[in-house]
Amino acid sequence: MSTPLLKVDHLVQHFRMSRSYTVRAVNGVSFEVYPGETYGLVGESGSGKTTIGRSIIRLYNPTSGNITFQGADISGKMDRDTGSMLRKDMQMIFQDPMASLNPRKKVSDIIGEGLDIHHRYASRQEREELVAAMLKKVGLSPEHAARYPHQFSGGQRQRVGIARALIMNPRLIIADECISALDVSIQAQVVNLMKDIQQETSCAYLFIAHDLSMVKYISDRIGVLHLGYMVESGTTEEIFSNPVHPYTKSLLSAIPHPNPEVEKRRKSITYDYKSSGIDYSKGQEHVVSGTHTVLATEEELAQWV
Amino acid sequence: MSETPRTILDIRNLDISFKTNAGVVHAIRGVNLDLRKGETVAIVGESGSGKSVTMKAAMGLLDSNATVNSGEILYTYTDTDGTEKTVDLLKLSKKELRGTINGQRIAMVFQDPMTSLDPTMTIGKQIMESMFLHKHMEKEAARKRALELLNLVGIPEAEKRFKNYPHQLSGGMRQRVVIAIALSADPDILICDEPTTALDVTIQARILEMIMDIQEKMKLSVIYITHDLGVVAKVADYVNVMYAGKIVEVGNVNEIFYEPAHPYTWGLLSAMPDLDTDDDRLYSIPGSPPNLLHEPPGDAFAARNQFALVIDEKAAPPMFKISETHSAATWLLHPDAPKIEKPPELEARLERARKEVERYL
Amino acid sequence: MQKEYTPVKEDFRLLPSRDLYTDTNFASQSYWKGVMIHFFRNRRAVIGLVIILLIILFAIIGPSLSSFGYRDIVQYRNADNKRVVAKGIAPQIPALHKLFTGEELEGNFAEYTFLFGTDDMGRDLWTRTWYGARVSLLIAFVTIFIDMIIGMSYGLISGYFGGKTDMIMQRFVEIANSVPRLVIVSVLAIFMPKGMGLVIVALLLTEWIGMSKIARAEMLKTKEQEYVLASRTLGARNSHIIFREILPNTIGPIITQMMFSIPTAIFTEAFLSFVGVGIALPQCSVGTLIEDGFNNITTLPYQILPPIIVLALLMLGFNFIGDGLREALAPKLEDM
Repeated sequence: MSTPLLKVDHLVQHFRMSRSYTVRAVNGVSFEVYPGETYGLVGESGSGKTTIGRSIIRLYNPTSGNITFQGADISGKMDRDTGSMLRKDMQMIFQDPMASLNPRKKVSDIIGEGLDIHHRYASRQEREELVAAMLKKVGLSPEHAARYPHQFSGGQRQRVGIARALIMNPRLIIADECISALDVSIQAQVVNLMKDIQQETSCAYLFIAHDLSMVKYISDRIGVLHLGYMVESGTTEEIFSNPVHPYTKSLLSAIPHPNPEVEKRRKSITYDYKSSGIDYSKGQEHVVSGTHTVLATEEELAQWV
Repeated sequence: MSETPRTILDIRNLDISFKTNAGVVHAIRGVNLDLRKGETVAIVGESGSGKSVTMKAAMGLLDSNATVNSGEILYTYTDTDGTEKTVDLLKLSKKELRGTINGQRIAMVFQDPMTSLDPTMTIGKQIMESMFLHKHMEKEAARKRALELLNLVGIPEAEKRFKNYPHQLSGGMRQRVVIAIALSADPDILICDEPTTALDVTIQARILEMIMDIQEKMKLSVIYITHDLGVVAKVADYVNVMYAGKIVEVGNVNEIFYEPAHPYTWGLLSAMPDLDTDDDRLYSIPGSPPNLLHEPPGDAFAARNQFALVIDEKAAPPMFKISETHSAATWLLHPDAPKIEKPPELEARLERARKEVERYL
Repeated sequence: MQKEYTPVKEDFRLLPSRDLYTDTNFASQSYWKGVMIHFFRNRRAVIGLVIILLIILFAIIGPSLSSFGYRDIVQYRNADNKRVVAKGIAPQIPALHKLFTGEELEGNFAEYTFLFGTDDMGRDLWTRTWYGARVSLLIAFVTIFIDMIIGMSYGLISGYFGGKTDMIMQRFVEIANSVPRLVIVSVLAIFMPKGMGLVIVALLLTEWIGMSKIARAEMLKTKEQEYVLASRTLGARNSHIIFREILPNTIGPIITQMMFSIPTAIFTEAFLSFVGVGIALPQCSVGTLIEDGFNNITTLPYQILPPIIVLALLMLGFNFIGDGLREALAPKLEDM
């Protein structure tokens, strides 16, 4: 296998809220993302998936662990070049179409912000052209450049967010629940757009989501998160055809099928961590087959496989 | 089925406009919908289609800048003296609605449980309060009933939880409490507006199953407002597909999912990723819903419809009947219209769905 | 409601393929336009705005409408070469007097129109009042503007960096806030000569605090918004984020605060001048005019009226505008 574009090694992210209370959002998560692929990070609320994305892009400072991007260490104090590289080659698309665009800025300024900061154009004309090209690429009309975010729908705003990230020609885009707030039909539009972009630019995606069916559609490999631990990971095929961890099984069974006769009869598998007897902190990463790994103790592994 | 259950909620020709700073938005443009006793009806549509507004009109919860241009919402119920009465909810004053209908006969559950609950009151008290208000119960009787309801909605250790505040409960628990409050006055109709959208997917199924159980026990009729077709497939008997303030297709759930007739419904079904597809591209409906400030002439869906006909830009299609229960408002069903095949990916998916049913049964 | 349309056979052809992919839908109203419409619907806010605009108008042109300057003593030499001064003339309008009584006005200065009268020294109160309003407004606008810049920057920076920086900066604010204004002025009076300078410095030292609190609150509200995070991930410098990204979003409440600070500044100046610490006679500001009028209230009771009314109207007007702005800027759901 080629060298990973992004390597996350035992990332821990804790937030000290007060002297006695620490939020343990991420507890030692490891995974890799290779160039040009889509890695799906799946979990429900409280799983730590958004925190992981933000720690990687250094919106938070990691409590401990190592993050390597394009060969450079981005988890500790970065020198100027590394910092600059991070801010150009890694971009993020956010969840809330309302809040992710500055309401007082024109769309052209929002999209062109990266260009402005890193001085990527020689003249205003060139900047306008770059922005117009990007608008067209995401399926918006270039005449939208002079408008403000509130004049667009949620799906259109997400496209602006994608354009903003894309104009920097990044190698890795972290998509933090970027379709969760959209209607299903618009989700499909945005996801198709992302796939097209990936084909054209060979960028990689870290796709953070809670909707497993969409994750399955877009991801090459998947990591399943629960309560800050990665309980299972592998290729999409491995996870979906042979889920091992009980949490993964319950997550898969909860996916609704748009098939009334089937869906009405199906009962979902329940899983309650507190009463399951499992302690994630005691588990080790075990290989099930190929690249398929699961977090478990020896006994649990014997039970499940 | 020996006899069709009677219609208890009948919305006819509902037409509503909103006055905004930017102009008049014609949000609901002639909606017809009915709900029969014991049934579950789903209203499916994207944001802005008007599905929430339609039901809010029934509850008298419309914003002050809304004008009901025409239409009626007929509600049939059995009064306390045993007689059957029918009222037009739109004609009742706010006071009458609050006094007799809201909460008591028609209850609504909203999307975000955190904002539906009073953060300063224990959940037990909130359920009891609802009962004091509507049923004038005594404290002991109310408390007993509240505990019953907490058990009914599946909250473990109800005695302990009784004294909890909303922020001490998880999202799923809060939503159960909201449902318990809604059920506390023994309503005939429960309206659920995106009840599971804010919840984790593993909780969603359980909440829906809980509502279905209760529905059977308490002989409720339920209306779901949602954009999630998975939810619809699970709970609905009948489905109304809504677009730009109109119902574009209506039918029983099997007809809608296995034999959809309107191009918009095709789009909605195709846009869901299927666990079995290996498609490279998800079919998606291009563009976005129209801005009802500038109502488009003809069919509002025409601008996004790859199967649009010339007439779609001139005149809005009427409802064409496909079967007793199934109708769709598309000119493609007109006898003079060309025969259009569903997109092949959709047809393949429907085929797979039908086969899956055979395997299951 | 659409008319019934009878379809013809040609209507049932498929439309030629169009560019469905490009999204052209959008709502067409700008944010500030919506705010303005909301503001102008509020009757009290409009009244406040009209009052303020009228006062500003007269402050600018008022003095030139009269033939007398603010320091001029209206006088002439009579036949005996004695000075006759127009002391203490109550408001008089000869034309109206003739209209209502049919007679000519009597007195030494009967042909002059003194809309507000003259004061005890013989000066035209109309000119003095509007000149005074000009001075007061100028002091108020300038100091509040500077305070806005100081307070806003302080609050935004404190809120943005948070942690220890914020803590230290806020402790300082608390200390500064707890010293009463009179104490500050008294201390200043030891070092500075009385006059406009003292008033301005006193205002600068006290009014920025309210502004900074509002700015800080807005910053705390805004800094975790996703668009701010987006700017950070793009590599924007902190100064860019604070002043180019966040500030435009907080400007509404800050302008509202300004509208409330201005009457405070005007009143403070009036108060300080009244107690003799601020501007001194014969220089006039609203405060000195009120002091003057107060001193003569038993003999020339009309003298205090114009400046007091102007002061009251100024404060009322700005408060109305502030209320209206605050309401118009209140966040509303932006529907499409």
